[in-house]
Amino acid sequence: MNKNITFTIDGKKCIAKQDQNIVEAAEDNGIYIPTLCHLKGIIPSGSCRICNIKSNGRFMTACTTKVQEGMVIENNTEEIDELRKIIIETLFVSGNHYCPSCEKSGNCILQALAYKHRIMIPRFAYTFEVKQVDATSPKIYLERNRCVLCKRCVRSIKTKDNKNYFAIEGRGYTSQIILDKKLALNMSDEEAQIAMKNCPVGCILKKEKGYIEAIGTRKYDKIEIGTEIEIEA
Amino acid sequence: MDNQIKNITNKYLNSKHRLMDIFHDIQKKSGYISENDIKSISELLNISSVDVIQTLSFYHFFKKKENAKYNIYINESIVAQMYGHKRILQAFENATKTKLNSISADGNFGLYSTSDIGMGDQEPAAIINGVIFPKITTYRVKEIIKEFRKGKSAQDLVNSFGDGHNQDNLIRSMVSNNLNRRGRVIFSGYNSEDALDIIVDKTPEEILHVIKESNIRGRGGAGFPIGLKWQYCRQATGKTKYIVCNADEGEPGTFKDRVLLTELPKRVIVGMIIAAYAVGASKGIIYLRKEYDYLIPYLKNSLTEAEKNNLLGESIKGRKGFNFDIRIQLGGGAYVCGEETALLESCEGKRGEPRNRPPFPIEKGFLDNPTVINNVESLCAIPKIICKGAEWYRSLGTKQSSGTKLLSISGDVLYPGVFEVEWGMTIKDIIDMAGGLDTKAVQVGGPSGKLISKKEFSRRIAYEDLSTGGAIIVFNKTRNILDIVMNFTKFFIDESCGSCAPCRYLTVILKNKLQKIIDGKGVENDLLELKEWGKKMKIANRCGLGQSAANPILTSLENFRSDYEDAVQSDKKYISSFDLEKSILAGAKAASRFPAV
Ligand SMILES: Cc1cc2nc3c(=O)[nH]c(=O)nc-3n(C[C@H](O)[C@H](O)[C@H](O)COP(=O)(O)O)c2cc1C
Ligand code: SF4
Ligand code: SF4
Ligand code: SF4
Ligand code: FES
Repeated sequence: MNKNITFTIDGKKCIAKQDQNIVEAAEDNGIYIPTLCHLKGIIPSGSCRICNIKSNGRFMTACTTKVQEGMVIENNTEEIDELRKIIIETLFVSGNHYCPSCEKSGNCILQALAYKHRIMIPRFAYTFEVKQVDATSPKIYLERNRCVLCKRCVRSIKTKDNKNYFAIEGRGYTSQIILDKKLALNMSDEEAQIAMKNCPVGCILKKEKGYIEAIGTRKYDKIEIGTEIEIEA
Repeated sequence: MDNQIKNITNKYLNSKHRLMDIFHDIQKKSGYISENDIKSISELLNISSVDVIQTLSFYHFFKKKENAKYNIYINESIVAQMYGHKRILQAFENATKTKLNSISADGNFGLYSTSDIGMGDQEPAAIINGVIFPKITTYRVKEIIKEFRKGKSAQDLVNSFGDGHNQDNLIRSMVSNNLNRRGRVIFSGYNSEDALDIIVDKTPEEILHVIKESNIRGRGGAGFPIGLKWQYCRQATGKTKYIVCNADEGEPGTFKDRVLLTELPKRVIVGMIIAAYAVGASKGIIYLRKEYDYLIPYLKNSLTEAEKNNLLGESIKGRKGFNFDIRIQLGGGAYVCGEETALLESCEGKRGEPRNRPPFPIEKGFLDNPTVINNVESLCAIPKIICKGAEWYRSLGTKQSSGTKLLSISGDVLYPGVFEVEWGMTIKDIIDMAGGLDTKAVQVGGPSGKLISKKEFSRRIAYEDLSTGGAIIVFNKTRNILDIVMNFTKFFIDESCGSCAPCRYLTVILKNKLQKIIDGKGVENDLLELKEWGKKMKIANRCGLGQSAANPILTSLENFRSDYEDAVQSDKKYISSFDLEKSILAGAKAASRFPAV
């Protein structure tokens, strides 16, 4: 039985299919909930925490929560906006992001989110954490200064026999993304391309070939992130 | 390929879910897990080597590089600090001619620090090659290292035994119980096996009814009603159900589960058996923190005894169809693995990253099977409830918090140790009971709890007032509040799994700000920001660790405001470390220009 679910976001009446998560249900109703670690079609990790919304008075991540009948969701409030800004700024200072010289600029979700939230400069002091760049594999670089540890690569890029190319090493703020050295030797161009595409920031970079689109003409150079989803209510 | 590794992985049926055990076995044999071992494991288990590394590198006690002959882990908890951790560390550094976090030139000594090891009642303490050395003095440090240099083993240096079963042939440890007060439920004289005779004549529903009626709630900190949890799990669909005993006891300042596992392992086991009967579970796991692995031979023996007496195995107590067995899963050194879903991940051989909920473990727990997770103390209380009935149990404690609670009291008290008291006791009485003098502050519930001041000492421990997992750390008026808060904040930074962005790094930002204040460079506005940013931690993170990581800062700001105000520069409004004029002049000089400032 496929019964529809009704719920509201910021007062707007919405309809969703059963088993949909809140991010996707909102999208179907023309409402954008900012996400970073979430990637459609793969198991959500709920790690960046940017999609935090408030439902019936409680905070939860929209990418990991299934929409339920009668939910009263807050998305666009000052309180939530402030929380998201703090998370975005935290991500900026936890790495080393020099957008003007970054290959991903304009296609980067972190950067686009910062634009959307009108962040000029993080409120936190830069600490310039030392990160190691890994260029040892034939197909890709890991520019760890920009990694946001969203685990999109871990969750989405696997070998044909379903082994993991990527994983996280260590824990806490010293954890870092690693690439299986042996498997990386046989990584196909196509897999490398998808890995780069799935990385929301400029951490996974394909070797030899840069970006085709010029900076200034890329997706978020032209439109604000989320506007493709939002429609006039 | 190395045959030794093959034998080890074979022992665990080459299952990736047994990675933790595989690491422990290899480390026991060769001291560390080498690059080659990682390669062999990944081939034998048919997983990528980064998958091996991601579990391996998550846990504090697994080593990837060659280990020293003697690995010395010195506890850096706040209580250890109060009892002279710095002095001891220095003594170790001098005696071994090694700096912290390194191995001595001769390869003999590795010196490391580690989060609270569950010995808050006998600090300063250290773990050397798995042997616990409590109450260390500088004299003892010199003696230990001298003997090590002669080739003695850590076990050879056990020069006294603690009380009670610490003297058992299978334990023989220097650890003491410091059981200062027995109560009417846990540490009361009765035969817990009687409870099993009672339950096999009843239906599981009847048992659930008694537990629900007793009103007993979880003792691990969160306080969820135990009867309800069991009932939900009983109702969940799944062929094999699991009962997990949470013996990770990682909250700094708690050590009561250590004493329970030492003195009353049978009651814990019987508690698990009763849970299994009520829930319809056939498998049990005891998740034991690595720091307590000195108890393993003894606990294994308790399990074997139980099997011999038909308390475990098939047709328990002659009841057909009632089958249950228990295995021990050893952790690897990670506080977050006490969180129930991280614990399950760890049991499955993975990094201890808490899961997104729902689904809850009662529905999808260990390997997606319905699972009940209960604290050691919770399980230990169950047999008595079965024997004496729900009404009797409810007559103890307060209306909403029935029964007794074990407190682990440490810090500035004359008699640190474990106390079994009824719920409802005031903090003031608790301090007096343990012999606290000139008390300035009490940390109730460990770092994730609350730091309270005198004005709250009349509050009571109870789920409806000050809820606690039982860690009570007492500080007298000579203690510096900001140092305490710093110690706790660093603890959370070290122990964060690193998954959520705020828990991973906002904590570091908060710590830096706190350090600035401690260094005397803070201003009033820093206090405001600490509070504003800290408040976000509660709502932003996935699990209890991140949600409470700012509690030390937040509760101390609230209750010890003047300690912060004394530390900041009251006459300045913004960061004063930056001198604009000086900087301009320096820049101008470099550019050979001379502006008029
Ligand atoms: C970071 C963190 C650490 C925890 N550590 C422990 C622990 O060491 N022991 C424990 O019993 N519960 C611990 N808990 C609580 C468990 O998640 C869980 O609630 C408890 O084991 C359930 O058992 P209970 O209902 O009998 O208390 C911890 C929770 C969090 C968030
Ligand atoms: S990854 Fe994104 S935010 Fe970081 S430097 Fe590149 S464009 Fe900027
Ligand atoms: S490399 Fe990219 S996709 Fe992978 S965790 Fe880092 S930011 Fe995410
Ligand atoms: S709150 Fe912290 S410990 Fe808990 S899941 Fe998130 S990062 Fe891990
Ligand atoms: S998008 Fe939901 S937590 Fe990252």
